[in-house]
Amino acid sequence: MIKPEEITWVKPPTFGLMDQIYLPAIISGLGTTLGHFAKTVFGGPQAKVTQYFPEERPELPANYRGVHRLNRDEEGRVKCVACYMCSTACPAHCIDIVAAPSPWPDREKYPEVFVIDELRCIYCGMCEQACPVDAIELTSLFDLTGLSREEMIFNKEKLLSVFDQTVAMGKDPVRTKAGRLSVASEPAGDGLTDSSSVQS
Amino acid sequence: MATVYINDKAVDIGDKRLNLVQVAELAGVTIPHYCYHPALSVVASCRMCLVELGEKTPDGSVQMQPRVVPACQTPAKDGAVVQTATSKSKTAQGQTLEALLLNHPLDCPVCDKAGECKLQDYSYQFGFAESRMVDEKNTPPNKPDLGPNINLFTDRCIMCSRCVRFTREISGTSELHIVNRGTHSEIDVFPGDPLNNKLATNVVDLCPVGALASKDFLYSHRVWNLKTVDSVCPGCSTGCSIHIDANKDVVYRLRPRENPLAQGYFMCDDGRLGYHYANSKNRLSAPKIRSGQEWKETGWKEIVSGIDNDLRAVAAVNPKGVLGVLSPFLTVEEGFLLAQYLKSLSKDARLALGPIPVTGEDDNYPKTRNGQPAKVQFTIRQEKCPNRKGIEAILQHFEGKIVHLRDSLQGEKAEAVFLTGGYPPSTQSWLEPNLAKGISKTPLIINQDLFENAVAGQSKYLLPAAAFAEKEGTFVNHAGLAQGIKRICSGPRKGRTDGQVYLDLLGRKGLLHAFSLHKEIASAVPCFAPLLTMGPQGVNLEKGS
Repeated sequence: MIKPEEITWVKPPTFGLMDQIYLPAIISGLGTTLGHFAKTVFGGPQAKVTQYFPEERPELPANYRGVHRLNRDEEGRVKCVACYMCSTACPAHCIDIVAAPSPWPDREKYPEVFVIDELRCIYCGMCEQACPVDAIELTSLFDLTGLSREEMIFNKEKLLSVFDQTVAMGKDPVRTKAGRLSVASEPAGDGLTDSSSVQS
Repeated sequence: MATVYINDKAVDIGDKRLNLVQVAELAGVTIPHYCYHPALSVVASCRMCLVELGEKTPDGSVQMQPRVVPACQTPAKDGAVVQTATSKSKTAQGQTLEALLLNHPLDCPVCDKAGECKLQDYSYQFGFAESRMVDEKNTPPNKPDLGPNINLFTDRCIMCSRCVRFTREISGTSELHIVNRGTHSEIDVFPGDPLNNKLATNVVDLCPVGALASKDFLYSHRVWNLKTVDSVCPGCSTGCSIHIDANKDVVYRLRPRENPLAQGYFMCDDGRLGYHYANSKNRLSAPKIRSGQEWKETGWKEIVSGIDNDLRAVAAVNPKGVLGVLSPFLTVEEGFLLAQYLKSLSKDARLALGPIPVTGEDDNYPKTRNGQPAKVQFTIRQEKCPNRKGIEAILQHFEGKIVHLRDSLQGEKAEAVFLTGGYPPSTQSWLEPNLAKGISKTPLIINQDLFENAVAGQSKYLLPAAAFAEKEGTFVNHAGLAQGIKRICSGPRKGRTDGQVYLDLLGRKGLLHAFSLHKEIASAVPCFAPLLTMGPQGVNLEKGS
């Protein structure tokens, strides 16, 4: 229950004559527009806002969350251990994994199938946060287009190819670096610091 | 009258012989434990249940012992005072957990137990956030061939020895041992003597951590995505209480459910791994009607009215020619509805009990290595169906006697047979050739089964039946214990549960809710009266309690 003394009543401002005829407000608004116009025309290349996309590509901030990729380990194998943490964390339920015993001796489990529905994804980055082995990352690829829905459902090979593509572009280095399985399995200290420092 | 004080709460335990873990449970206090299990002997080896213990002296003052004691090994006595949340107890619990985690690989992301792991739960509740271990962890190699169904992740083991005690005390086969000493202890089997007894997979449920894994379930699903219902294993007439774990209409595993009235704590591997037929792609998926040599898939409306008209036509001319075969895989409710329907066509319509699949002999546990007889704790029964007793009671009521299918085929000639199946493929030869021959002579066969059976080719109507995970109802086990089964999967998309078909045939409106029928069944068939008081553990129809 809110007490009466806690309530502050705010009255709407009353309009004077100048406010009621609106003209001064319109003129001052036009002033702002003209100011920007002048800045764009005479301000030189620095002041330009519009870009000639797609000939010119925007510089996106480093934390931009675009298309996903599945990272590869040093030997080029998929880094993912099929722990389902990303699909569990995913609020849009767009990640589908089928796990299988791994063919490699240093690991128990690997994803036989790893599918992300890029149309259903809301690009929140929770999968990236949940991953204990830093196998899934969101890249700076933002202009994702396709001609069919099926095309936008990315499977493991496609997601690995996004990794190859973005690493080759040089814009998206592997941002995180944790241990082989997780920070939990590494000795305390270096595992933790490694994963928290953003490598660029 | 004995009173025990758990965290200052008085619990009256009467004259029961309990240990402190059990008393604490009565008081609603959890004392963490790994090695203690109510069905196994007490070894107090994990040291997780350490608590502070004292005694109330006659003058009312409390005297605490200077050291902590293992709660699982300490019998409760009158005036005992237990403190589980004092700093002494908490330090003991935290230190025990730290010691258990020294060599644990902490590979929870790839461990199948994650989500239902006691080591995770207790670490969260009672443990420390970090390990002070500076040396390299022990990483003994995994043992993927511990048994045909069981995998051992050796490095995850915390040496509680539950599995070892299980094979010694419950299965009696003693395959598992602890080899090596101290920090190098490992669970192992002797060469050439794998963990392959019929109860073996219970050690996976017993394992409080992810060391023992079932190969059937391994990596197939994460446990937090599974939905669980209480049900009854349809594998044999023991009728073990189970949990069905399923997701998105696929059954992933069966787990035993503790039920002192039924089987206790465990279940056999035949039952546990025998659920795969419910997920089979080869199941009958839609109702079909034969016209000439062709099968035609039709809607249920047409099927139900077709069956009804055909049966009525036969019943009008030759009432004794209508034969209903009630399978022991039907629930009590389904049997009741079908019997009611067929008897509503004509009082002279005949009912018979479907074939009872029998394999080998009753298999009793514990087994003994040296042939000494032991007290039977678990039985895998030869009768591989869940509800013979329930269907027999239905037949007794409607028919006045229990007639087996082979006898009724030798009697008067049947003009129309309503054959219910539901037999799993492990009993695929359930319809013996002479029975099949007897039935196939009948002009009108209504055949309801999970898979195509021996008379599918001669049937006029072929209906998909529902598997145990897709229907609800009641099974009555060998000892007359009635237990409820519940639905968790929706079954074939074009299918309908058996009970629903009978309800439609009876012309009753709405969807089947089996448990609402109990009142009707109890008033019609007096021996089912105890069903009205059936709880989650079931109710015994024969003892009448």
